[in-house]
Amino acid sequence: MRDAPLLALKDYAITFATPDGTVQAVNGLDLSVQPGEVLAVVGESGSGKSQTFNGVFGLLARNATTSGEARLEGRNLLDLSPRELDQIRGRDMAMVFQDPMTALNPAMKIRKQLAETLTVHRGLSRREANAESLAIMKRVGIPEAERRIEQYPHQLSGGMRQRVVIAMALLCRPKLIVADEPTTALDVTIQAQILDLFRDLIAETGTALILITHDLGVVAGVADRVAVMYAGRIVESAEADALFSRPAMPYTAALMRSIPRPDQDVEAVEPIPGRPPDLIRPPTGCPFHPRCRFVEDRCRRERPPLAEVAPGRQAACWFPFIDETAGTETAPEAAHG
Amino acid sequence: MTLYAGKREALEDAFLDRDMPRGKPRSLTRDAMRRLRANKAAVVSLFVLAFIVLAAIFAPFFIPYDYETPDWSAFRAPPSLESGHYFGTDQNGRDLLARTLYGTRISLTVAIIATTVSVVVGVLYGATSGFLGGRIDQAMMRFVDVMYALPYILFVILLMVMFGRNVFLLFAAIGLLEWLTMARIVRGQTLSLKEREFIEAARASGVATFPIILRHIVPNLVGPVVIYATLTVPEIVITESFLSYLGFGVQEPLTSLGTLIAEGTDVLEVMPWLLLFPGAVLVSLLLSLAFIGDGLRDAFDPKDR
Repeated sequence: MRDAPLLALKDYAITFATPDGTVQAVNGLDLSVQPGEVLAVVGESGSGKSQTFNGVFGLLARNATTSGEARLEGRNLLDLSPRELDQIRGRDMAMVFQDPMTALNPAMKIRKQLAETLTVHRGLSRREANAESLAIMKRVGIPEAERRIEQYPHQLSGGMRQRVVIAMALLCRPKLIVADEPTTALDVTIQAQILDLFRDLIAETGTALILITHDLGVVAGVADRVAVMYAGRIVESAEADALFSRPAMPYTAALMRSIPRPDQDVEAVEPIPGRPPDLIRPPTGCPFHPRCRFVEDRCRRERPPLAEVAPGRQAACWFPFIDETAGTETAPEAAHG
Repeated sequence: MTLYAGKREALEDAFLDRDMPRGKPRSLTRDAMRRLRANKAAVVSLFVLAFIVLAAIFAPFFIPYDYETPDWSAFRAPPSLESGHYFGTDQNGRDLLARTLYGTRISLTVAIIATTVSVVVGVLYGATSGFLGGRIDQAMMRFVDVMYALPYILFVILLMVMFGRNVFLLFAAIGLLEWLTMARIVRGQTLSLKEREFIEAARASGVATFPIILRHIVPNLVGPVVIYATLTVPEIVITESFLSYLGFGVQEPLTSLGTLIAEGTDVLEVMPWLLLFPGAVLVSLLLSLAFIGDGLRDAFDPKDR
């Protein structure tokens, strides 16, 4: 039996009221994260992966409504007052933002920005906060931390700033870190360093990490488990290795075929035809059916639930690529017939 | 191999130190000041302004006349070096140099107090309104619109009637009118600032709303606020002159640049010096402030030229 989950989303939904109608950005989402686990959430742009966790942090736009449950250690974050949420944000859960160029206040020295979280949550004195900030700067591998901490963000390089942003998230030793595309704005060599850093820090502190990304290469390197999102729902969830070797859902398979690889020609890349669905009027049945090459009548009529297709694997598909009895890959026609 | 190692060390010596200056960290403000120093018009204006300010503060101690005592031997005396009335005297035999210096003092005091009031009120109001957004923002901005619509002369007269005639009240009243524009400018800036990721990052790390406004929004407003404040000063000097001219401002025997100019205008044909000297001081004051404001705008936003 598993431990109690650290973060549990249950029937979680986010809608945005827009002049064109209600956008169902996230829909009936169930997701749980165990303490110390690294979960990657992948999906196309607009699949709702960022909004899901912005909602958990209470950072949604004004026209958004959330429903369902988002429990962190049993407390439903959606019920909390802004003041109660402020006490949890930064202390129990922290966020690492995508673009280190804009995630730091240009008018504040690094030291002050780091110390802010510490004084807010742990009530440390200035001196203690400074000492702790310096220690964390060294821990995330910033050379000459004593000097760098007195500088302003524009004096640091992109990789270094992302290290500062990560340091900021780690300050209060949160139980959960959500990293929203933490490496997208960095060049490839720095990406590898940052991912290594993440892996080390997670192992060291036992923090759970949710990695939001569209870069499957990042996922393969770091994640324990992967959840694939499409049109505001989780359509597949599995151990990282299992998912990469045998995707069960046609969308996951299509996503993996659409990545350029250095050992293949560009022609080998297969883009997914069509466009992500309109979330104001989502398609009936399976949201992926208009773009799915294995579509059947049932897919157009009924929406498949997220169901266990193999031990430890879930997929929302009527015809997953896994034969439940044999546990081997079969053609969808065979599974159907 | 050894050669290579030596070369590398030499390169490190040559470049590392240059790339990483050991001096004080460069804040946005420090960068802006460096650019301001490169602007000749602004630097000259700074010196002119400093000269006028210092003269207004200290020169009255060094001249033998004061602003209210008549010199019975010299009524309506034109400027002359022999008599010691370098700027001449007025109809009542008062030394114009002394009066101009005192007038500058009053005008600058009004400008400083009113600008401070408008900056403090305007920045806090605008930043709060912009950051909170939604209905609160709507309500706060409609209040500003209503205040705009009120004729400020009426406002000043009301204040005078209620609290009596008081120069400091006048300063405050002018400031309380000037903050409206400041609040609008600051709100606009805040609207774009609050979408930046570092604000979201601060919220995600649990910083409450007002600390975010004070620590993250306001410091990033320094550029536009400083620029607008320097441009407000001349406006306030002119407003004060106008109110004094109407009789609401500074009263005899005290004087301000505006009052002096108003009096000088009446006797322009017989005693032109009564207009020329205070006018010259006011013009150089306003011009130098405008140049400094311009220079600051370029310095804080070098892309916007």
